[in-house]
Amino acid sequence: MSRYTAVTDADLAAMLEEVGVDSVERLFDEIPAAVRLDRPLELPDGLSEAEVYAHLRDLASRNSSAEDELCFLGAGMYDHYVPAVVDMLTSRSEFLTPYTPYQPEISQGGLQVMFEYQTAICELTGLPVSNASVYEGPSALGAAGYLARLANGRPRFVVTRGVHPHARETLRTLSAGYGTTVAEVALRDGVTDLDAWRAAIDDDVSAVFVAQPNFLGAIEDLEPLVEAARAHGALVVCMADPLTLGLLEAPGVLGVDVCVGEGQTLGNRLDFGGPSFGFFAAREEHLRRMPGRIAGETRDVDGRRGFVLTLQTREQHIRREKATSNICTAQALNALAGVVYLAWLGRRGLVELGELLVQRAAYARELLSTVDGISLAHDAPVVREFPIALDVDGVAGVRRVIARCAASGVNPGFALGREYDEYPNGLLVAITEQRSRADIERLAEVLGMAIAAERAELGVAS
Amino acid sequence: VSREETAMQRDRAVTIFEKGAPGRRAFTPPALDVPERPLDELIPRRLRRTTEPLLPEVSEPELVRHYVRISRRNFDLDSGFYPLGSCTMKHNPRLHERVAALAGHARLHPLQDPARAQGALELMWRLERALSEIAGLPHVSLQPSAGSHGELAGVLLTRAYHADRGQRRTKVLTPDTAHGTNPATVTMAGYELVKVATNSDGGVDVEDLRAKADDDVACLMLTNPNTLGLFDPNIEEIAKIVHGAGATLYYDGANLNAVMGISRPGDMGFDIVHFNLHKSFTQPHGGGGPGSGPIAVSDRIEPYLPRPVIVRRPRASGNGSADSYEYDLDEDRPKSIGRLRGFQGNYGCFVRSYAYICSLGAAGLRDASETAVLNANYLLARLRSLGVCDLLPPAYDRICMHEFVLSGAPMKRELGIKTLDLAKRLLDHGFHPPTVYFPLLVDEALLVEPTETETRETLDEFADAIAAILAEAREDPEIARNAPYTTPVRRLDEAQAAKRPVIRQPL
Repeated sequence: MSRYTAVTDADLAAMLEEVGVDSVERLFDEIPAAVRLDRPLELPDGLSEAEVYAHLRDLASRNSSAEDELCFLGAGMYDHYVPAVVDMLTSRSEFLTPYTPYQPEISQGGLQVMFEYQTAICELTGLPVSNASVYEGPSALGAAGYLARLANGRPRFVVTRGVHPHARETLRTLSAGYGTTVAEVALRDGVTDLDAWRAAIDDDVSAVFVAQPNFLGAIEDLEPLVEAARAHGALVVCMADPLTLGLLEAPGVLGVDVCVGEGQTLGNRLDFGGPSFGFFAAREEHLRRMPGRIAGETRDVDGRRGFVLTLQTREQHIRREKATSNICTAQALNALAGVVYLAWLGRRGLVELGELLVQRAAYARELLSTVDGISLAHDAPVVREFPIALDVDGVAGVRRVIARCAASGVNPGFALGREYDEYPNGLLVAITEQRSRADIERLAEVLGMAIAAERAELGVAS
Repeated sequence: VSREETAMQRDRAVTIFEKGAPGRRAFTPPALDVPERPLDELIPRRLRRTTEPLLPEVSEPELVRHYVRISRRNFDLDSGFYPLGSCTMKHNPRLHERVAALAGHARLHPLQDPARAQGALELMWRLERALSEIAGLPHVSLQPSAGSHGELAGVLLTRAYHADRGQRRTKVLTPDTAHGTNPATVTMAGYELVKVATNSDGGVDVEDLRAKADDDVACLMLTNPNTLGLFDPNIEEIAKIVHGAGATLYYDGANLNAVMGISRPGDMGFDIVHFNLHKSFTQPHGGGGPGSGPIAVSDRIEPYLPRPVIVRRPRASGNGSADSYEYDLDEDRPKSIGRLRGFQGNYGCFVRSYAYICSLGAAGLRDASETAVLNANYLLARLRSLGVCDLLPPAYDRICMHEFVLSGAPMKRELGIKTLDLAKRLLDHGFHPPTVYFPLLVDEALLVEPTETETRETLDEFADAIAAILAEAREDPEIARNAPYTTPVRRLDEAQAAKRPVIRQPL
């Protein structure tokens, strides 16, 4: 008996008698001896709750979190403030502990949350159809590729290098299974090179993939990118940051077929990369090709409004090998955090927060560009994130500068050269509403000193 | 049966978008502390949106009350018994929520320099080692986000393994009892599905397998114990046939809760295993996620694992203490199938499941599986003693593992109520029903998984409730046919929802 089980000796005796066997061991007689484990698992002994807490706390203390340092690191996940109401609501047993709502009569809370979430995602993206969530951002892009495969079966995808590197790689991993190839289009001045983009698209292209804002923080001019794809009948998939969609034109209005993205920026904590949620919205014509759960409104036998999982003939548990996706468990609790966060921000708040990010990022960009050894890597418009170029020796130099800043309690950003050979000296800096003007000024000071120290050392070395 | 509306039923569903009023808000923006520049200068007007998204406009008290009220329209595991077969609805220890919320875990950025995320990487490494030991397979990737994602990883690994040997195999085998995710995964990974029949004992029909396992078969996907709740005693023979054909053997870990510390998939001959941390390892299911679906693999599959992988190296100045290792993420994996998602996986789930394994240890995990199997057999025996099994016979009359399947066919024939009616009437008794109409092989199926964390008293109450519903139906089958009566809403028109989909609030 552990603290999570309850079979006393008296229970055991009564239960075995009811079953009609003389020991628990007998219940496993069907398992052939050759495949039985004849020793205990080689794992440490169990611990008390206090001991487990202390161990997990010790492990936590050996991480440097956004609580411990001034964090300007983004590159796909961002240190936005998560309001207390999100923690309070997502930790309620009623939301935390049920399974997927297979019995709608006792799952109206969760189903209504899905319905509200779908409404919010449709509003943000400007598209009429949303599912109830997928795993996270990059695999949402992969799922959009599979929708395109089902829609037209053409042999090639085209993706701009403005799409998050993890999402591009995920698309390649998943499409390797069904045989669609992936071609990449380069960036120019921080945004997708329109000439190269047009040249890459022909009638063999199943879908094209863009990001808004792109990985370098730049706001893409989506209209010509969309137009080039539609001229050849390719589907257009846009990976968008939902928190910027109070400011930026809705992808649906610009003619994209599918809009997906990482939902972490909507009220989900960093959690070293997950769990968060991915969102997936599309034009009406793709409704029956959508992956995952969709909640729909209906009535009960007495005429009361209610919600159910609907269009389930798309799904694996009904359609099996002909399903539009294999997804089963998705990210319902994280999507709840998302819709609570959006309701907390509210209609004006989403715009106001976006504008604050734009102003602070503009200030940071201007200030950093005046620092000795720093130049801007592009000057395209941005919302909260932008790359700078450091006058140091390649990605190794940038990483050393980052380590120097860490010693002063500042995490200045992401070394772009890790993913982009074309930006070996790049540092991607993200400004959230949790970074004040004073924090930004501290970043400029610490980064300036770190670059100077790095250059002095190299100067001495050479 | 009272037809009076309950208070909850009188409280009609109103969405957050139908509440509030223009100008209300829960959010106060931080002050603009930098010199303001005209927005048009920073983002050209033509890239900006002209109509704002119609999000709700509510105060914080309104927001809290709305979601608390609708939360009460959910049934949940903390409130009652949830014997949903194949889903392993075991207790979710609250300690796990506390440790996962520690800032060192919860506010750790996924791209933090590994040198400053040593605690997280060590936790992941330790979890990998524990899962490896439980699976009996040497290598683990924590990256997949859920069971179905782990399955897809497994089939893509199989594809990469064969391709590396210059082989282009086109078919994947699954039993006809498989979870729906298995066949769906096969198609997504670009393979043709071939079904293998089930024998009269509920296991794989070995002769059918032998006939179908040719050199065009890439993989057999299997659950053991299977979806009928039965351990397949022919597993060694099955593994021999599959390996003899040069194919891989894939283990769907949805039913691992029956065999932890008792029998290991690796020892049964499986090459690839996925775990459901949201089933066997207590990650709360959240009403449909998050989950996490790590995979364990054999040596021959290891080169193809998704990247990055966690590596541990002795520190240069090692002194034998725990600090004498350092952990890193290895991206340089030339044969890797690549990433399946962003970053390193659902770390928040890793924290919870690792805490669970620390709490239980080797003996506790074995106790969990033994108790899960004992509880299932006890519940089945109770149902038998109460005469329930005359109308709801077990589909296979053997000792079961952690779950069992009943057939509602005799009940339907003799009492005129279907499995669905029984399930809906159980709602009025305060129980979550078992999984219904799965596995497909069994007519009017009920798949019952009590889990190890339920008391004998709860199992007795559930058995009594089923007996009471059958007795009631013998008197008046209409009661069950029209159930439920006490839930926030009653039976819902699912056909209408699918025919004319309304999937968002009109604004």
